[in-house]
Amino acid sequence: MARILIVAEHDGSDLNPSTAKCVSCAAAIDGAEIDVVVLAANVADIAAKAAEIAGIARVLTVERAENENAVAAILAPQVAALAGDYAYVFGPSTTFGRDLMPRVAALLGVNQVSDIMSVEGSHTFKRPIYAGNAIVTVEAPPDTVLIATVRVASWPTAAAGGSAPVEAASADTELPVHTRYIGLESAASDRPDLQTAATVVAGGRAFGSEENFQLLYALADTLGAGVGASRAAVDAGYCANDMQVGQTGKIIAPDLYIAIGISGAIQHLTGIKDAGTIVAINKDEEAPIFEVADIGLAGDLNSAVPELTNALSK
Amino acid sequence: MDKIIVGLKRVVDYNVRVQVRSDGSGVETDGVKMSINPFDEIALEEALRIREAGNANEVIAVSIGSADAQQQLRTGLAMGADRAILVAVDQDLDPLSVARVFQAIAAKENAGLVMLGKQAIDGDNSQVAQMLAALWDRPQATFASGVSIEGDTARVVREVDAGLETIEVDLPAVISVDLRLNEPRYVKLPDIMKAKKKPLDEIALSDLGVEAAPKVRELSYAPPAARQRGIMVDDVAGLVAALKDKGLV
Repeated sequence: MARILIVAEHDGSDLNPSTAKCVSCAAAIDGAEIDVVVLAANVADIAAKAAEIAGIARVLTVERAENENAVAAILAPQVAALAGDYAYVFGPSTTFGRDLMPRVAALLGVNQVSDIMSVEGSHTFKRPIYAGNAIVTVEAPPDTVLIATVRVASWPTAAAGGSAPVEAASADTELPVHTRYIGLESAASDRPDLQTAATVVAGGRAFGSEENFQLLYALADTLGAGVGASRAAVDAGYCANDMQVGQTGKIIAPDLYIAIGISGAIQHLTGIKDAGTIVAINKDEEAPIFEVADIGLAGDLNSAVPELTNALSK
Repeated sequence: MDKIIVGLKRVVDYNVRVQVRSDGSGVETDGVKMSINPFDEIALEEALRIREAGNANEVIAVSIGSADAQQQLRTGLAMGADRAILVAVDQDLDPLSVARVFQAIAAKENAGLVMLGKQAIDGDNSQVAQMLAALWDRPQATFASGVSIEGDTARVVREVDAGLETIEVDLPAVISVDLRLNEPRYVKLPDIMKAKKKPLDEIALSDLGVEAAPKVRELSYAPPAARQRGIMVDDVAGLVAALKDKGLV
């Protein structure tokens, strides 16, 4: 039996879908017995949601006022205190997990496996390096607890329909006061979350202005899609930073990805190579994005995008 | 604060298209252009700006690696670091051991801030800053896109998936920096000449009393599964038809 603890990601009220993706990865390990831990100021709703993930044994909760916001320095000692009962502790490769898990690993005196793409054996995994230009097979030491982040774009969402028991856990550790959460500035949007949307449309520098990005938003709303952008478009100020897709932005795997006015730098392609179908619209027929696109259209986005929106809204 | 320590990792240049060796033993690095990890360059730029604003006295650039990493440290000195330390190792160190090296140096130098890139573009691990903060028992502010020093604290804007998060940390602290924090300065020729006279100390891993951690071993390397080039359509009507054909709209 392999006891695995997954640290749930949430925003204080809702469970993030990254948690169910971590469950899929954990389930790929032979003899997995999976617990999910929810650390929050109010655990009930989040824990109830986690309990519905199929294939988990228990949901543990740690309810403390200090856990109101996800501050790695505060969460890490609690996760480390719980790790003693487990052979594996997993978190998602989102900014939440990437911030938290290495701190947990260091408290436990072990290294971490980042961005698990596939499970090859009990301690053997594949992970991307060099912006995904190479895949390395790694083996973690078998005699220590294994801390890892799960590359969420590589794993399906575990099914719902479970009813795991919810138990309060004790992680009584002294928590630091040297780090204080001030606030979150979020570009409010009713569109689907970029990292979990089934369809994503993304725009590049060729849009030319923030105003022209409206063409992209109109297409997204017609399709019910999430919206992403290339680094060039973000750097040019056409849209918010959190829309960036690529090596240093978000790594996504939607069923349909429509890249518009994006040339396709390696760092961008890294973020989309697991998409089901890639569509590219670009003026430049030689753009590298066409080398990976399943369907390509060489044309001017200023006419093609409204035309596409119009055709799809019928 | 007195001192800021900045980590500079020598990596394959950002613009190089990396190739896996045909025998799967690693990535081809022979004859390939090497540079400072771009995120580390941004960390150094920010440290220099903090010093130039009068909030720190000294910026120390640190690299861990072979003697070749002196090149990257000289570049860091030319950018404006006051002195440099090369921790000489003849093999790739794992992230936890690297964090232990920085902890030892931070303690020895009594650093007020350690600034690192949010990830190195070779291993893409994104671990060292967080591990260092844990070992040092100090705050971490990862993925920073805004840093302001206010007395004994730093206010840091972090690029997180949900948007821009602001936290306040007591110093000393560890900050890992993201792309949009700043635009690193260009090095001018006179600065390169001046940098040759700045101190660059070389120390051995054993001098720091650092024990290497149990390693995650790298067994084999392979190129990623390639995506095939698909079809080109002539117009929007063709695109819509192709999407419908695949059942996607």
